[in-house]
Amino acid sequence: MMQTIKNIYQLGVKELISLCRDWLMIALIVYCFTFAVVTASRAQPDSISRATIAVVDEDNSQLSGTLGDAFIPPMFMPAAHITRPEIDPLMDAGRYTFVVVFPPDFEKNVLSGKGPEIQVNVDATRMTQASTGAGYIQQILNGEISKYLRKKSASAANCVIRNRFNPNLTQSWFSSIVQLVNNITMLAIILTGAALIRERENGTLEHLLVMPVTAFEIMMSKIWSMMAVVLLASAGSMYFVIKMYLEVPIEGSIPLFLAGVAIHLFAATSLGIFLACVARNMPQLGMLLILVFIPMQMLSGGMTPRESMPVWIQNIMLAAPTTHFVSFCQSILFRGAGIEVVWKPFLMLLIIGGVLFSISLTSFRKSL
Amino acid sequence: MSAPSETGAGDPVVSFRELTLCYGKVRALDGVSLDIPARRLVGLIGPDGVGKSTLLSLITGAHALQQGELKVLGGDMRDAGHRDRVCPRIAYMPQGLGKNLYFTLTVEENLQFFGRLFGHNAAERRKRIDRLTRSTGLYPFLDRPAGKLSGGMKQKLGLCCSLIHDPDLLVLDEPTTGVDPLARRQFWDLVDSIKLEHPQMSVIVATAYMDEAQRFDDLIAMDEGKILATGTPAEILARTGKADLDAAFIQLLPESRRSGHKELTVPPLVCEKEDDYAIVAEGLTRKFGSFTAVDHVSFKIRRGEIFGFLGSNGCGKTTTMRMLTGLLPATEGHAELFGRPVDGGSMEIRRHLGYMTQLFSLYGDLTVRQNLMLYARLYGLPEAEVPERVERMLERFQIRGIEHALPKDLPLGLKQRLSLAAAVIHDPDILILDEPTSGVDPVARDLFWELIIELSRKDKVTIFITTHFMNEAGRCDRISLMHAGKSFVCDSPENIIAARGTTTLEEAFINVLEEADPEANKSSGDAIRTEEAGPETGAETGPECFRLFSIRRWYSCFWRETLELMRDPIRATLALFGAIILMFVMGYGINMDVENLTYSVLDRDRTRTSQNYALNIAGSRYFTERAPVHDYQELDRRMKSGELSLVIELPPRFGRDVDSGRSPDVSFWVDGSMPSRAETIDGYVKAIHDEWLSSRSKNPSKKNSKDVSIQTRYRYNPDVRSLPAMVPAVIPLLTLMIPAILAALSVVREKEMGSIINLYVTPVTRSEFLLGKQCPYLLFAVLSSLLLTVMAVTIFDVPIKGSIFVLLLSSVMYAVVATGMGLLASSVTKSQIAVIFLTMMGTLLPACQLCGMTTPVESQEGIARFIGSIYPTTYMLLISRGVFNKALYFSDLNLPIGALALMIPVIMGAGIMLQKKQES
Repeated sequence: MMQTIKNIYQLGVKELISLCRDWLMIALIVYCFTFAVVTASRAQPDSISRATIAVVDEDNSQLSGTLGDAFIPPMFMPAAHITRPEIDPLMDAGRYTFVVVFPPDFEKNVLSGKGPEIQVNVDATRMTQASTGAGYIQQILNGEISKYLRKKSASAANCVIRNRFNPNLTQSWFSSIVQLVNNITMLAIILTGAALIRERENGTLEHLLVMPVTAFEIMMSKIWSMMAVVLLASAGSMYFVIKMYLEVPIEGSIPLFLAGVAIHLFAATSLGIFLACVARNMPQLGMLLILVFIPMQMLSGGMTPRESMPVWIQNIMLAAPTTHFVSFCQSILFRGAGIEVVWKPFLMLLIIGGVLFSISLTSFRKSL
Repeated sequence: MSAPSETGAGDPVVSFRELTLCYGKVRALDGVSLDIPARRLVGLIGPDGVGKSTLLSLITGAHALQQGELKVLGGDMRDAGHRDRVCPRIAYMPQGLGKNLYFTLTVEENLQFFGRLFGHNAAERRKRIDRLTRSTGLYPFLDRPAGKLSGGMKQKLGLCCSLIHDPDLLVLDEPTTGVDPLARRQFWDLVDSIKLEHPQMSVIVATAYMDEAQRFDDLIAMDEGKILATGTPAEILARTGKADLDAAFIQLLPESRRSGHKELTVPPLVCEKEDDYAIVAEGLTRKFGSFTAVDHVSFKIRRGEIFGFLGSNGCGKTTTMRMLTGLLPATEGHAELFGRPVDGGSMEIRRHLGYMTQLFSLYGDLTVRQNLMLYARLYGLPEAEVPERVERMLERFQIRGIEHALPKDLPLGLKQRLSLAAAVIHDPDILILDEPTSGVDPVARDLFWELIIELSRKDKVTIFITTHFMNEAGRCDRISLMHAGKSFVCDSPENIIAARGTTTLEEAFINVLEEADPEANKSSGDAIRTEEAGPETGAETGPECFRLFSIRRWYSCFWRETLELMRDPIRATLALFGAIILMFVMGYGINMDVENLTYSVLDRDRTRTSQNYALNIAGSRYFTERAPVHDYQELDRRMKSGELSLVIELPPRFGRDVDSGRSPDVSFWVDGSMPSRAETIDGYVKAIHDEWLSSRSKNPSKKNSKDVSIQTRYRYNPDVRSLPAMVPAVIPLLTLMIPAILAALSVVREKEMGSIINLYVTPVTRSEFLLGKQCPYLLFAVLSSLLLTVMAVTIFDVPIKGSIFVLLLSSVMYAVVATGMGLLASSVTKSQIAVIFLTMMGTLLPACQLCGMTTPVESQEGIARFIGSIYPTTYMLLISRGVFNKALYFSDLNLPIGALALMIPVIMGAGIMLQKKQES
């Protein structure tokens, strides 16, 4: 027992020394937890930003001119003026996402209360911008017309929307955290998987198995060392990059989050070992990584809401560690939830990790 | 052989002056000058890593020159035109078993490939292949994949492939390393007979076996990038005054390298008890599927004995060792160490075992001392003893002074000693050594054996060792010879020689092998005699060989790549299957429709009006109602857990206030933790609220008070669903990434495997080679885009509204671009893992984020916009969406189609130009 712990410790220290000598890998890790997080928070703009818009003004009145100028950055690019016959070819070519058409005699009809029609053409293949953008256009047009008519309309009831946890819906808060979450998973899998394959290709793994060292000890040593590296990096990234530099307000307890990360890392590193047991060589590991990691990332609920996926995909994804990871990250970091809420994903991660670990353990020797 | 100053008879085939070549800081060749005479069999001797291979790769033009002058077959090798001209006249067989062969291809297919490269027509190829394989004994194995041949046969096939075009200069780099003695002798007989057939041919051979060097016409001894001596074998022996070349070579080495070297003697084995066996194996058998790697091998090894295990590569030596160590369970039979059965799980046995593999199994990133400490601790030595033990090892194995160096920086000889130190640090009783001396120079090998003998005789360690070297075998107490999984003799070297009636151990072994495998013996020798020898037709150096682009050579590359792809169905299916999986994932995953949102109502009014308001929401298809919330605390708790995405709070007196026109506030609490989702919810909520308002305002039959009506037309995708918009966008992404990775891998794999050498040393040009390799993947890419399109129409129900012809045409063009980008990536990378990452980063990121899949290119800024506007996926996306969603035809899409067409020559050109035709 004592010897087991000592062996796990010794082999883990060896992993850490090896990693320290690999400058490229260190650079990659640092990049993933600093620049990549910052870039991600900036790259993905708020869902509508700099949308391309054109105006067909067949009225050429003061009102239509004002309305045409009302579309301003950062939400919209300055509106281009085109003619009616140009609408189809330009939208077909994808040049404009929105085209607003003011009919002839628009201003006159507005003033005389005839309620003229403004046509808004939306390129609905641009999913991210289509419906929100159309909503904003409607708001802008209504607002400008009300201003123009100097009218105050009283409605039966007012709609007051309060966005909790992120009142202004700042996209960067979310993207930076999602990026961190993805990087944690990716690095944990790659680091352990590649470490195991490298050791197998160098022949040292075979040597270890001739010595009084068990497969369990080898696997545990890889898990704890890589866990330590990623955990340290994510703690640093959380405090210094996300909280201090990007000034993302964190609702919940960071220690609780890190405890969750540790549990997730157990599952992710076990997955890395499992993939390394399945793959025969590095290229195969690379292919497997693509096939496993991309779906895990896209369907975890971090990119698009889980509830809008088909039920069978939701069920399959329950077996992926990232699903539970993303779920507790959102709960802790944004909603400030405590252990009474997140114990369920924690438990699920432990189970997934345990299963992967035991499967790898039984196939470890055969995979030599 | 002549030094540069003396002018020998006839023109030299190769001559070089002040040739220097560095790999980084290491000088592989250090200003060497020499003329090599034509029509001779010239041997390059010396241990590994002294510059032999470097010199040969320069001579064949495989490696680019750095400094100095080199003339081969009468022309300057710096001149690319001359290289192209002499290329068909030089044959090169690189180091390593079957380095220039394709293992999944059969013998026949390999030969056909090389025949086509040299421009022979079908009849000519048939004639030459039959003649060569008959004379080498490979004829019966024409249908066998090259990877399944034994080491000796691989080398023979390699030789056949080199000889198929009747070269004037044959260059062989260590052709017999790892080959058993019989196959070695047959190989040299073959070379001799070929030399007889073609007297005008010059042959240059590198070898580490000094005993082979005896048969060459001339020798060049090399060490540390310099030439030590040249001359015929007899001259060299005479100059050094030694009896054999091994000793002569050591004599030639400078004083510093020779220090500490003395003739080895092995003290006799003294056994107290005759039947004190350390290792016992009985009927040990191991099968892999139908293949029997080890076939009923039995032996008994006494305590303190040095037991040698001999045989060619792949004869089952390593498998036997792995069974002894418990790494591999035996299929039949059993093995015992110290009277206890071997069991992979037994820690006790492992504590008494020391093991050293061919690969030395040291951790390259740990210092020498750290390595030793780690091994000591893993063997469970008490912590207090560890430092003392490490010191003792450093002392005993003479590795003090380098204890802080990294093993990866050490020369082989030192690595070998360090590895042995690590294997015996725990004082094992049995030491198992798997080819510990291959690739190590003679001085280091003798030093190593000194340690082995000391361990055996002084410490009574039982040693089990495998080797290729006959002089090492002679030092063992007993040896066993393995061939094709069977053990043939097992006795002391002296007894074996005596029993066979031969003078040397090597002859004795050849004798044994011939007896065991009469087929192998017959095949080479007599066949050559029956052959009506003679170069009846010279190599067909017709105009085809020099044409800029030869369809036949292109077809040869294409045909070979297709065969390889077909032999590796796992790769192809994984890629196709992967595309389908990822299509599903992305089709459903990148889903902007927000549905099934959970919401609940906090109704503080409980009037008809408030209930009517709540019902209004319940009717929406976007929302799913959960049990009502009763107070703020509950609201807080349920939103925190993520159970509720939206809570609608209707204030007290809501109904009354509405009726009296006091405009009460309805509060919507939205979970903002995922901003894009929250934004969508906000939109839905506003719309529902407006609807409720207008439904109310209709009730009192008041005239519509709106100033304008805004009519929104969602074009191309009236329901604003994600799927119809995403699926046409995902197809270009997948048909870019996967074919690009496959094409890139196909080239880099050759670089890693070494068969890229065929590009360097045969007349095939870069464009023929790359276009040939690209074609199968091009077809694959077109196939997969067809498959994905069919999936889109059938499974995802996204109809094609526009011109199918345009879609097909642009898919083909896009496939060319995608595979071309893979070739481009392959030109700058050397390892497979690097190329996978590079291609993934280079395709996935731009294609997903910059090309208008989600955010239009026009909305991007700066560099992102620039990349987006030149990246091919941008245009393919326009075409794909145009055809699928917008019902467009050729005339509407001529711009993006033109852009794609323009990219083909640019990308292909860059990919071909950047690929190197020589190693540098």
